[in-house]
Amino acid sequence: MALIVAVFLPLLAALLCWIKPLRSVAWGITVVCLALSLVTSAVSSQQVIVAGRAIGVPGWIEIDGLGALVILLVSFVCTLAAIFARGYMRRGSDHHERLWWFYCNYNLLTFALIVVPALTDPNLAWVGVELVTLFSVLLVAFESTAPALEAAWKFSILTIMGAPISLLGFLVLYWAYRGAGGATTESWQALHALASVMSPNLLKLSFLLVFVGFGAKSGLVPMHTWLPDAHSQAPTPVCAVLSGIKTTVPLYVILRLLSVILASPEARIGEWMVVFGLISVAVAAFLLLQVRDYKRMFAYSTVEHMGIILTAAGFATQAGASGAVAQMLNHSLTKSLCFYAAGIVLLSLGTRQIRDVRGLFRVSPFAAGALLLCALAIAGAPPFPIFLSEFSILSAGLRSGHNAAVAILATLIVVAFVAIMLQVNRMIFGKSDLYSLPEAMPASCRTAVVLGAIPILLLGIFIPQPVHALLVLAAQQLGGR
Amino acid sequence: MNNAPVPLAEGLNALIAGLILISAFAMVATRQMQGVLRFFVLQSALLAASSFLIGYSRHSIHLLALGFITIAAKVIAIPWVLKRTLPSEVYERREIEQVLNIPSSLLLALLLAIAAEFIVGPIAAVSRDPVVRVNLPIGLAGVLIGGYSLIARREALPQLIGILAMENGAFFAGIAISPELPLIAELAVAIDVVLIAVVVGVLTRTITREIGTTSPALLAELKEEPQPWH
Repeated sequence: MALIVAVFLPLLAALLCWIKPLRSVAWGITVVCLALSLVTSAVSSQQVIVAGRAIGVPGWIEIDGLGALVILLVSFVCTLAAIFARGYMRRGSDHHERLWWFYCNYNLLTFALIVVPALTDPNLAWVGVELVTLFSVLLVAFESTAPALEAAWKFSILTIMGAPISLLGFLVLYWAYRGAGGATTESWQALHALASVMSPNLLKLSFLLVFVGFGAKSGLVPMHTWLPDAHSQAPTPVCAVLSGIKTTVPLYVILRLLSVILASPEARIGEWMVVFGLISVAVAAFLLLQVRDYKRMFAYSTVEHMGIILTAAGFATQAGASGAVAQMLNHSLTKSLCFYAAGIVLLSLGTRQIRDVRGLFRVSPFAAGALLLCALAIAGAPPFPIFLSEFSILSAGLRSGHNAAVAILATLIVVAFVAIMLQVNRMIFGKSDLYSLPEAMPASCRTAVVLGAIPILLLGIFIPQPVHALLVLAAQQLGGR
Repeated sequence: MNNAPVPLAEGLNALIAGLILISAFAMVATRQMQGVLRFFVLQSALLAASSFLIGYSRHSIHLLALGFITIAAKVIAIPWVLKRTLPSEVYERREIEQVLNIPSSLLLALLLAIAAEFIVGPIAAVSRDPVVRVNLPIGLAGVLIGGYSLIARREALPQLIGILAMENGAFFAGIAISPELPLIAELAVAIDVVLIAVVVGVLTRTITREIGTTSPALLAELKEEPQPWH
């Protein structure tokens, strides 16, 4: 029951925002509904920890450990980003009369994001991922400026082009599933059960098509070119959702399918995933060195982290899977915080160029502190959770005998670390003589930053028992030797 | 003669497959917006005919429903939606800008069709079902040729139709390989396809209104350039 509420509350919120008399309180509706959705998804995660599964509509809407983790992340990130949106959109947007439309779309996007991990049928999950793409296109284009429209266009063509390709992939998957004697309705669980008897060639073809189609949506190289554009041009709360969780959700589907393929004894493709993951990390790490816009910098860092998660899953061991899910959790939490920090810098100074920001620490200690904190956290400095998950991924790689891959990955992580710290260092320290004192920061933006920083500071030192249990369950779903 | 209807259906299906491939080529060869849209509607109607045919010969209610969904979504709804949302100058533009000229494009499309046969031919040959052997390579060819016209064409509406043609190819393979797909999934997919058309249509209209062109080639502001260290 809690699961149904968690999934459908964002849809209800979207409908309420659409109703004319309620349009002026669209923000309030959004935050209340999403916060309730967060609470109910925490309740259903608790059910998963106790019983192994939480069931909304039997056979259609059910979650296991991995689904619970992703649902929890979606509702957390979307709730905080909605809080952040109030102050940001009031000051940063030119379209105050259309804000209800923004919130309406935002709730639809949240619904689409939350429904993908909840659906048991892979074909419906495909539909969910396409809906995610469509609503995010509308949000990227919200400001209607020429660069925003350009970004939205690139984004829509590259990612929607993936739709028919991945559709063919899912149809081939269904063919393989029926050929192995599966029932007419398909589910991830049933696919797992039949993985060893399904035709390995069909499984490989299906995975290839889905990987191309959904890889474009999660920003894996070479289909990543839309990502920095969309993430730099969209309104910042949307960037937080896009970078933090919208890239994770298609990757979740890829990982689910990968775990089915890895359960098939003949279709070994883990090594390929390691190679593709490393290519993404490498391209992103070197682009991070020459980026000029700090929102684009965090967008490239998303490409890097998607590559790391894919590499970890490609190790095809239980340890690699735990590293991958932990990295997924830590990346979503940290990356959304990065965009809140970037958003308040943008609000105070009105520029996205790194070279125009100098001596931020003297101008706005709060913004500078937040930016420094999340730059350290996203680059993977020691007391923060990403350090732990990256470390566990590297050690999982060594234990599974991927020594060369681990060496390359470690080098690239260091390159990305240096790149991010160099860029942020230039922004925060030094002399500031360019601008007058900024206006006071909106309280809602500060609240979002503070709330978002709590889990980052906490998870690096101490992982609460329920979170740990959920991570273990999620890693079991991904499987591996 | 008691088995006659089944081979006849298969023969007709092969004929439709050929026509679908030809309409994919025709979309590549046409320079006029109206013509591209017309060939797309024709291809969608052929897709519906194929699913009626296979649905009738295999007694599959799902495929009959899929045929009706295809007609409703792609033959009626999408052209109507596009005409409603898009300003008329998008239609009135006579020539579509293209990276490669028509003969080279046709040659490439031919190569893509042959490549599709080589990629899935061995997989389709495993299946004893003659419909799969026809539909899977031609469906993949449809996806690839649609993808090519998406890359080669430099205007919004032909790019959208390229995406929808790719979807047609995927479905043409799909009706052969997964005829019992649950109806709810088919419906959801159809709604999704219409939504894609609406969203891209709205986006195109906004771009035309704000920037005055529908040629994404002219939109090239966002890119990464090396910066000097300072």
